Amino acid sequence: MTVFVSIQGLSVSRGRNRLFEGLDLTLSAGDCVEVRGANGTGKSTLLRCIAGLYQDFQGELTAEPCAYLGHNDGLSALLTVEENLRWYAGLSGGSASSKDIAAALATLEASHLVRRQARALSAGQHRRVALARLPLLGHKLWLLDEPYTALDDAGTALVDGLIRDHCASGGAVMAATHADMSVSTAQCWVDR
Amino acid sequence: MGLVRLQFQREWRLLARARSEALNPLVFLIMTVTLFALALDGQAQALSRYAAGIFWVLVLLSSLLSLDGMFRRDFEDGSLEQILLLAEVPFLPIIGKMLAQWAATGLPVVLMSPLLGTVLQLPPEALGPLAGALLVGTPTVSMLGAVGAALVVGVRRGGALLGLLVLPLYIPVLIFGTAAVNGLAAGTGGVAQIYWLAAMSVLAVTLAPFAVHAALKISLENG
Repeated sequence: MTVFVSIQGLSVSRGRNRLFEGLDLTLSAGDCVEVRGANGTGKSTLLRCIAGLYQDFQGELTAEPCAYLGHNDGLSALLTVEENLRWYAGLSGGSASSKDIAAALATLEASHLVRRQARALSAGQHRRVALARLPLLGHKLWLLDEPYTALDDAGTALVDGLIRDHCASGGAVMAATHADMSVSTAQCWVDR
Repeated sequence: MGLVRLQFQREWRLLARARSEALNPLVFLIMTVTLFALALDGQAQALSRYAAGIFWVLVLLSSLLSLDGMFRRDFEDGSLEQILLLAEVPFLPIIGKMLAQWAATGLPVVLMSPLLGTVLQLPPEALGPLAGALLVGTPTVSMLGAVGAALVVGVRRGGALLGLLVLPLYIPVLIFGTAAVNGLAAGTGGVAQIYWLAAMSVLAVTLAPFAVHAALKISLENG
C-alpha cells in the first residue's frame, strides 16, 4: 500500500516552546486521520511540518507532495473565483478548463460564485471555494487545517463527501479539527 | 516558462485592479520632482547641474513605495505559501512576479524620464542618456528591492525597515547611474557606466530570485 506520510519520534518546538514530543504516525492510501488536541498544542504546526513549511523539528519525517489548506484560504481578493482556481491548476503544473472548474465548484455547491471576486464572498463561501481547489491540484495527499471553519451544516456535509470520495479513490487526508468528523478512520492526538 | 507567464499575468491583472496602488510610486516621483523644481526656481543652472543625481535619488525612494506591498498581500491571504508548496520550481513564479513588478513600476519611470528630466532643467542632450541609464539600472533596483521586501514581509510595519535594508544596496546603481548621465551629456564618456549598470542588472535578475525564494521561506516559517 502506498504510504504518503511516515513520521517517527517527531518533536516540534516553536521558539523556546516545546509543542509535542515523540509523535509517530503513518498515513497510507485511503486513510483519513483527524488531528486533535487543545488550542496551541501544535496541530497546525504538525501540518505545516508535513507540508514542508516548517523545518524546526527533530525526528524522522517523510512526506509526499501535498495540497495544503491553511488558516488563510489562499484566494486573492481582487481575482474572481475562476481566475483563482485556474491559477492554482497552472501553479501545480496542470491546467483546468472551465468545465473542470465548474465541476470542482459544483461538488461544494458553489457554482454560482464562479465569476465573483473573492473579496465579495462571505466567509463560508470563501472557505468553500478554497476547498474546491483541492481536486484540481491532482495531489493524493491533502492536509487540511480546520476545514470546517465558517461552514454551515450543508457545507460540512459536502466537505465530508469530498474527503470520503478522495480517500475512496486512493488518496489520503489529514485534517486538524475540533469538530466531530464522521469520515475519519483514525485519530492522532498531539497533546497526549 | 509557463509558470513565469502564469504568474506575470496574475500580477498584471492584480495591478490593473488595484490601479491607485500601482500608480502610487509614479505619482510620488512626479510630485517630488515638481517640488524640487519649485524649490530651486530661479536657479536653473544649479538645478541643471545636480538634476541627474536628484532624479536618481527620487527614483530609488519612490521604488520603496511599491516594494513594500509586493509580497505582503499574497503573504496575508495565504497564496504566497501556496506558490512555494505547489510550484515544482518556485523560482519560476517568483521571477514572474518580480518581472511584473519591474514592468509596472520601473518601466513607466523610464518612459516618463525625458519629461521629468526637463522639469528638472536637464539639458536636452542628457535626456536620452537618462532614459538609457534608467532602462538598464532600474531592473537592479527592482530585484534588490524584492529581496528586501521578501525578508521583511512577515514583519509588522516592515516598510521603514525595508528602506534601511535596501537603500545602502542601491548605492552602486546611484553612483553609476548619475555618472553615466552626466558623462554622456558632457561628452566625457559614460558608456562604461552603462555597461556596469547592465551587468549588475543581468546579475540581479539571475541571482535575486534565489535570494527571494530563500527569504520567503524564512518569512513563512516565522509567520
